[in-house]
Amino acid sequence: MKPPAFGYSRPESVGEAVAALASAGPEAKVLAGGQSLIPLLNMRLAAPSHLVDINRLAELSYVSIADGEVVIGAMARHAGVLADPAVTAAQPLIGQALALVAHPVIRNRGTTVGSIVHADPSGEMTAVLALLDGTVVLAGIDGERSVSAKDFLLGPLESDVRPGELATRVSLPVLGPRAGCAFAEVSRRRGDYAVCGVAAVVELAEAGAVASARAAYLSVAGTPLVIDLTEAGADPAAAGRLAMSRVAPTSDIHATADYRRHLAGVLTERALAGALAHARERSGD
Amino acid sequence: MTEFGASTHPSDGLFDVRLVVNGVTHDVRVPSRRLLSDCLRHDLRLTGTHVGCEHGVCGACTVLVDGTAVRSCLMLAVSADGAAITTVEGLTEPDGTLSPVQQAFADCHGLQCGFCTPGFLITITAALAGSPDPSEAVAREIIGGNLCRCTGYQNIVRAVLRAAELRRSAGGSLGSSPRAGTARAAAS
Repeated sequence: MKPPAFGYSRPESVGEAVAALASAGPEAKVLAGGQSLIPLLNMRLAAPSHLVDINRLAELSYVSIADGEVVIGAMARHAGVLADPAVTAAQPLIGQALALVAHPVIRNRGTTVGSIVHADPSGEMTAVLALLDGTVVLAGIDGERSVSAKDFLLGPLESDVRPGELATRVSLPVLGPRAGCAFAEVSRRRGDYAVCGVAAVVELAEAGAVASARAAYLSVAGTPLVIDLTEAGADPAAAGRLAMSRVAPTSDIHATADYRRHLAGVLTERALAGALAHARERSGD
Repeated sequence: MTEFGASTHPSDGLFDVRLVVNGVTHDVRVPSRRLLSDCLRHDLRLTGTHVGCEHGVCGACTVLVDGTAVRSCLMLAVSADGAAITTVEGLTEPDGTLSPVQQAFADCHGLQCGFCTPGFLITITAALAGSPDPSEAVAREIIGGNLCRCTGYQNIVRAVLRAAELRRSAGGSLGSSPRAGTARAAAS
């Protein structure tokens, strides 16, 4: 349970970091909070040749709100994002999701961008990125590129970060004035990975009818599964049945496929009801 | 870039790291892969920090890094260079007086074998600084990331509430926060 040997560098600017990544080669990895990477190293499931430690990059330790987007820098830790009332007011789904990410002590060190880049299909923030169709910005020695959520999340623990690239920030749209959101999940113990989880956003039309309803599912597919539930209207039970017909989970050591499908239905009903109530409260309907 | 920047592929290279642990400055030379937990235990011989699962689940290795509770098994010693660290050894006053959290564990019989206790003490010490009057539900949330295989947690929950009481009756001053490094250095 000790990490294998690796080279190490600790840059103090984004420019130095991407230069270090470029010179360290394709087997190098970025070390941010380390709350997923270091367990993988300890268990010898990963053996990078070199770690570029970005913990001294104060320039990436920020969260800002501008032009209808919440922008989260790569060194913003979960606890800091969760404790920022302006952020959780602008996009409440971020706060609802982060409160379910592991335990407070893990959130003290883990970074929000890092958990998205890690692309764990059980990750709450990965589902938020997919549901809100956020954008990840990657820096390399030749400049920056932006990748949308649907192109970024490629598979379990696989995201579109190319050798030599550093994810510097993630942008997530703020919640619309007539929209509401909710997050519901079931885990064996508090703070564990969810057996199934659902993030939902509902948008109301002027008349108070449901204009759109979408949900993202964690732990039921290799990447967060996004399902359009608009046709269920304002009926959470119908949305639950619709979700059960659309998910195709597999069985594993933690749960059977049938149980996961059952949870997808129950949690959709809860999340939709929560998001609807939230939307009505926010829009004053 | 720090001096580390120049060493691009020191697979077996060693790094000079300065840690201020419980107020005492230590300069150690470690490989990049040395976990902070192992650095504390093996290099500094501070064996109060316990190592249980080594993948962040059990919480036994929790220490304060610059005042924030973190898992020392999920942090590299080299990443902690320059940090002020508080381990369970640093909770007790120099004259041996137990901190409020330690006293509460003794009062409430919040431990049996004691293996998990250092992690609980550190986690609760940090949490009470931000949440000085927790409800029982909050107490359970505070300790949600620490595993104990002996107690069934009931007495640990009581100890959280008792520690909060002791802190408040001491006016929040007695051991309410980890001692500043300089105070310990002067005392020792």
